[in-house]
Amino acid sequence: MATTTLHDAHHDAHPTGVMRWLTSTNHKDIGTLYLWFSFIMFLFAGGLAMLIRAELFQPGLQFFQPNLFNQFTTMHGLIMIFGAIMPAFVGFANWQIPMMIGAPDMAFPRLNNWSFWLLPAAASLLLMSFLMPGGAAAGGWTMYPPLFIQGGMSYDMTIFAIHIMGLSSIIGSINIITTILNMRTPGMTMMKMPIFVWTWLITAFLLLSAMPVLASAVTMLLTDRHFGTYFFNAAGGGDPVMFQHIFWFFGHPEVYIMILPAFGILSSIIPTFSRKPLFGYDSMVYATAAIALLSFLVWAHHMFTVGMPAASQLFFMYATMLIAIPTGVKVFNWTATMWRGSITFETPMLFAIAVVCLFTIGGFSGLVLAIVPVDIQLQDTYYVVAHFHYVLFSGAAMSIMAGVYYWLPKWTGHMYDERLGKIHFWLTTIAFNVTFFPMHFIGLAGMPRRIPDYALQFAEFNMLQSIGSFVLGASQLLFLYTVIKCIRGGATAGDRPWEGADSLEWTLTSPPPYHSFQTAPAFK
Amino acid sequence: MPCNIRSALPTITISLSATSAYADFRFNLQPAVTPIATEIYDLHNLILLVCLAIFIVVFGVMFYALYKHRKSVGHSPAQFSHNTKLEVVWTIIPFFILVGMAYPTTQTILRMKTVENTDMSIKVTGRQWYWEYEYMDAGVNYVSNLATPRDQIDNKAAKTPHYLLEVDQPMVVPTGKKVRLLLTASDVIHSWWIPAFGVKQDAIPGFINEAWFQVDKPGIYRGQCAELCGVGHGFMPIVVEAKPQEEYDAWLKNQKAQLAATAEAATKDYTLDELKTRGETIFNSRCAACHQANGQGIPGVFPPLVGGAAFANQDTLKRLAERGFAKDGKIVLGPKDKHLDIVMHGIPGTAMQGLGAQMTDLEVAAVITYERNSWGNKTGDMLQPKEVAAVRKSKG
Repeated sequence: MATTTLHDAHHDAHPTGVMRWLTSTNHKDIGTLYLWFSFIMFLFAGGLAMLIRAELFQPGLQFFQPNLFNQFTTMHGLIMIFGAIMPAFVGFANWQIPMMIGAPDMAFPRLNNWSFWLLPAAASLLLMSFLMPGGAAAGGWTMYPPLFIQGGMSYDMTIFAIHIMGLSSIIGSINIITTILNMRTPGMTMMKMPIFVWTWLITAFLLLSAMPVLASAVTMLLTDRHFGTYFFNAAGGGDPVMFQHIFWFFGHPEVYIMILPAFGILSSIIPTFSRKPLFGYDSMVYATAAIALLSFLVWAHHMFTVGMPAASQLFFMYATMLIAIPTGVKVFNWTATMWRGSITFETPMLFAIAVVCLFTIGGFSGLVLAIVPVDIQLQDTYYVVAHFHYVLFSGAAMSIMAGVYYWLPKWTGHMYDERLGKIHFWLTTIAFNVTFFPMHFIGLAGMPRRIPDYALQFAEFNMLQSIGSFVLGASQLLFLYTVIKCIRGGATAGDRPWEGADSLEWTLTSPPPYHSFQTAPAFK
Repeated sequence: MPCNIRSALPTITISLSATSAYADFRFNLQPAVTPIATEIYDLHNLILLVCLAIFIVVFGVMFYALYKHRKSVGHSPAQFSHNTKLEVVWTIIPFFILVGMAYPTTQTILRMKTVENTDMSIKVTGRQWYWEYEYMDAGVNYVSNLATPRDQIDNKAAKTPHYLLEVDQPMVVPTGKKVRLLLTASDVIHSWWIPAFGVKQDAIPGFINEAWFQVDKPGIYRGQCAELCGVGHGFMPIVVEAKPQEEYDAWLKNQKAQLAATAEAATKDYTLDELKTRGETIFNSRCAACHQANGQGIPGVFPPLVGGAAFANQDTLKRLAERGFAKDGKIVLGPKDKHLDIVMHGIPGTAMQGLGAQMTDLEVAAVITYERNSWGNKTGDMLQPKEVAAVRKSKG
């Protein structure tokens, strides 16, 4: 019914209230849905992290028995990755890509609606699994068999949730690729696209290649669990390690799926607040492509301890070390962009600078972990936990925050409260480091990850980390408040609130019109 | 050069935290006692220092720009966006730094992977949630359980210094000998890890992995399972005791004598109380992680062992009912022979594995007698080790 109205009336007439969101085919509305969905998931999975840190506040079992603790760590990982980080970037893609390439909307608006509304279904499967007998899945977000075969019904719900989220990602990627390849304004050649669009194009190809692999891995788990197959059971001629190979063939590209769009956001923000064009645009594009290609050749560095021959260890180590080169190029380019600029420090820029520094720490610890003998010591310790939170929280999540502050004036038409933004930045950055930096130490000293209780020599650092994490968690409520305050009002932003910003979205009004560009804009 | 780094870093570490008894391994890798662990220690220091140097240079430049090229000091922006020479240089230099790191690493990897000329072999089996060690050349085998009392974990007793890092029977090895480990698992993937040895090797059901170490310094070395393996993952530590050859030989002799004594003990008859007392210890170390010390299990996951208790997992209930241990959605105490069958052979499709191969006849008899006469279960049933032996003979 709503669709008929939409067709009969002019394109500018659209449903209001709940129907506006349920039936929306508008890239900005769907982008908003993605961003709010991911923020809710971020708070929920962050809440699970608070419970984990509460239990680890001191040695001994205080609040939760190991079974529940393992559910928390498993669901924290799954929800943060598939519920918070990935949908947030798709939200940015929805909002920004049509506006940045001068298009009216995404290529497949109804598919766009469908790819979003699959997500709440998947999320409710995951959340409801906590209510099943035995609770949610507790086998780790990596779902390794045979452990994952042992669980109850919630494990099947987790598998189906992953199927649905994978479907959503694949549909979303097809939409993004089609939009970018076909709907650019005349004159915008591939090598003139904003770098954020480039990183998303490459990310979408990664998603298309990696998600079906994950789907097949979890499907095999499902048939092993219920239909008498033995893919991963040695007793029937299967191989539990094969799951790890398949999983990480998805899992490593997944790492870059979560960081390449973040690079795109940084490469938009840093030139703006340096008032200088991005240094080395071409090499930035090539470096992104190189990282994406290499990401398919390094999966086994997640499994150096499974007992592989020296030749395999050497191959995967060399390939992994090579990734440092294009990643280094990016950091050098950002530094050169700032060099001799005219730099100001608004909240998005503060976040961007922090991300470059902290992500680099995560990159270095990744290099340390690539060194096979050192990885043998550090595999499955808190050092790894420190490493991936430096790339995923201070890399991906803080880039998302940077992007939100950067484009919020465009999206809402209001300036956010700069003072609150800066407080949020400093609280987040300091609390993040208090939480995660000591994890390098306790990891080196020998504390395994995924344990609900630990030996006494780790007690002081664990207490410090827990305190840091509580502050980090609470600071995100300030973020929520700042965003809501900005939506409800604030100083008028104007079309181009940032002096140094020059991509196409800043030529539109703030907030932008319903169909971003009705006619293709001129492009130099 | 790496040797100098090695001696300098711990000094800094110790001075930073002189108050703690564990000062020497709170910030850094634990002190190495094998050649491989020493090489790992040096490699880590080398790479850490290279990273630190790069970090200081790159971010020195960035923070210089952030400070000097601010708008607030009136710096006007340059407009350059390319410098091919610079871009080529900063692509090539990292490549050579990486080659410099890869070279010593490759040598260490090849040494780690060369398992030859070993003096003895120990088969290590990871189980939910303890380790089993089999001395293949000596015909000795036993299991190694967490020794930390439950009261310490539940905060009802003060924690002792080796909390969660202590076992009832450690692996014992002679010093100065090259020991080969053959690792496997019976249920899910575990990982055998002693940080001081630089050995971490996954134990995978259905496969046998290899690792080796040689310790020259007598002592007790502690580690933990490093691969998530279920609710007991945090509670299956690994302890290795390295002894001089003579002491090791004496230990081995004693171990063999104990095995003989156990075989003899299995031929005796026991009273109900004797069996219950032995059974309680075994239950608490082997069964309580899932079924809990009070026999109540974990709702929906691990079934209770108390007659009349409710359990929500329909799938498990069905399997229990087939064996006479559940009726109308409640647990009931089934027949003795089925009870023995479950303990010996497990329940396929569930986390309950067969324990027959790892427990002596006396242990099996004691634990079943304990279960049938505790927490309100009052069958008065007794199972003698002889009966277990008879079943083992007929069914294996």
